[in-house]
Amino acid sequence: MRLKSKDLISTEDLSRDEIELLISTAESFKEISERDIKKVPTLRGRTIINLFYESSTRTRTSFEIAAKRMSADAINISTSSSSVVKGETLRDTAKNLEAMNPDCLVVRHSSSGTPNILAKYLRCSVINAGDGAHEHPSQALLDLFTVREAKGRIEGLKVAIVGDITNSRVARSNIHALGKMGAEVRVVGPPTMIPMDIDSMGCSVFHDLKDAIVDVDVIIMLRIQMERQKAPSFPSVREYSALYGLDGKKLEKAPKDVVILHPGPINRGVEITPEVADGPCSLILDQVKNGIAMRMAIFYLLIGGAREEG
Amino acid sequence: MPVQVWRYFFAMKKKTILDEKGIERTLSRIAHEIIERNKGSENLVILGIPTRGVNLARKLEGKVADIEGVHVPVGSVDATLYRDDIALKEDQPTLKRMDIPIPVDGKNIVLVDDVLFTGRTIRAAMNALMDFGRPRLIQLAVLIDRGHRELPIKADYIGKSIPTSLKEDVKVSLKETDGVSEVVVIPAGEDN
Repeated sequence: MRLKSKDLISTEDLSRDEIELLISTAESFKEISERDIKKVPTLRGRTIINLFYESSTRTRTSFEIAAKRMSADAINISTSSSSVVKGETLRDTAKNLEAMNPDCLVVRHSSSGTPNILAKYLRCSVINAGDGAHEHPSQALLDLFTVREAKGRIEGLKVAIVGDITNSRVARSNIHALGKMGAEVRVVGPPTMIPMDIDSMGCSVFHDLKDAIVDVDVIIMLRIQMERQKAPSFPSVREYSALYGLDGKKLEKAPKDVVILHPGPINRGVEITPEVADGPCSLILDQVKNGIAMRMAIFYLLIGGAREEG
Repeated sequence: MPVQVWRYFFAMKKKTILDEKGIERTLSRIAHEIIERNKGSENLVILGIPTRGVNLARKLEGKVADIEGVHVPVGSVDATLYRDDIALKEDQPTLKRMDIPIPVDGKNIVLVDDVLFTGRTIRAAMNALMDFGRPRLIQLAVLIDRGHRELPIKADYIGKSIPTSLKEDVKVSLKETDGVSEVVVIPAGEDN
């Protein structure tokens, strides 16, 4: 089996079968990271370029480690030290990189739609590592993988996504992916952080965190993205934290076996308190571990096989 | 049409090499050979290559335990990621389970597969195994050796050697996975 597209731009484009294939492939890859020799020769001779126009620790490192554990050559470009500062356009940068004949370009950009445009220009595979407030598909896929590992299934689970839904690409990717896998998604946040078109995404809206989590199986907390707050959508960090921050007291309302995810980086004490982030329900570090396996699976399925001509 | 003609026609299509009892007897003999060659079951690890090889490995382990009275570790080695044709295939093969129960350093490993053909799977499985450590030795046990090797690989324990043509396929079925245990030769491409 393989994925239909040469690129991974959004979970909205993926079918349920493709998501299941990605998760089951990632399951097999997980074991490699636990070996003494953490490397398989599968992608020998393939080149992967990480092109990050936005800062990142987890995602970029995770993609790089995933590539290296598959024996691919990974090159990282951060824009602060590249010709982008000299004024080179995105298209020129991409075309020049393509002339070096990579097999895959992993892109993060602050503008939604960037990977989509690049995928049309370029012959190589393009993976979206986060574009503006649009999507971050590999994060959602690793979240689903982590949830399925913890709960044994995704179908029928109740999942609350809490925070700035409007500005969150993680939320958007998760809403599409979880919906396709048959989970019931509810979004939680102040009205200023809930997008207008939320109804068309098929989730219910809650404005009270405690009401939203009484019967959920999974809580996904989102980071408050100060860099994307053009006009502040809440009066103060303290007020947001009091109403929507997950602390031990609010967590008591949720079922005992609830699991908590957060894509990181965490604002400790803002959207999640340390006691919860480091507590027994938290899967935050499992997400990081599973992220490598999921990205290995993405590489394997996108560039592991023969390339189609034309 | 007379029954004999039908029989003849059927025989052309499908030739049974081993039935359930035959497979059991063959595996018993291989189990004895493994113990004889390794002077017991100490230090032994039996690893199957998915899918049928894993079931055969379990069966062999059971027979070794019957003879020696101790259980040896049994597991599986998935060679998929080490295959030499992976970059040539349009569809990526589905990954199977890698299950190596104990560190392989210094162990006597018996790799088990159902059919030995080109030898490429065995090469891949050995490379996979080497990434887990340094076994003292690796031996290969196969139920069927059908010839046509493309690499210098040979089995230490062979259930049955059968000369085949490239126009034929050897199909091993086992109760655990297929509902019936038998080894048949069928015309190539008619896998059903």
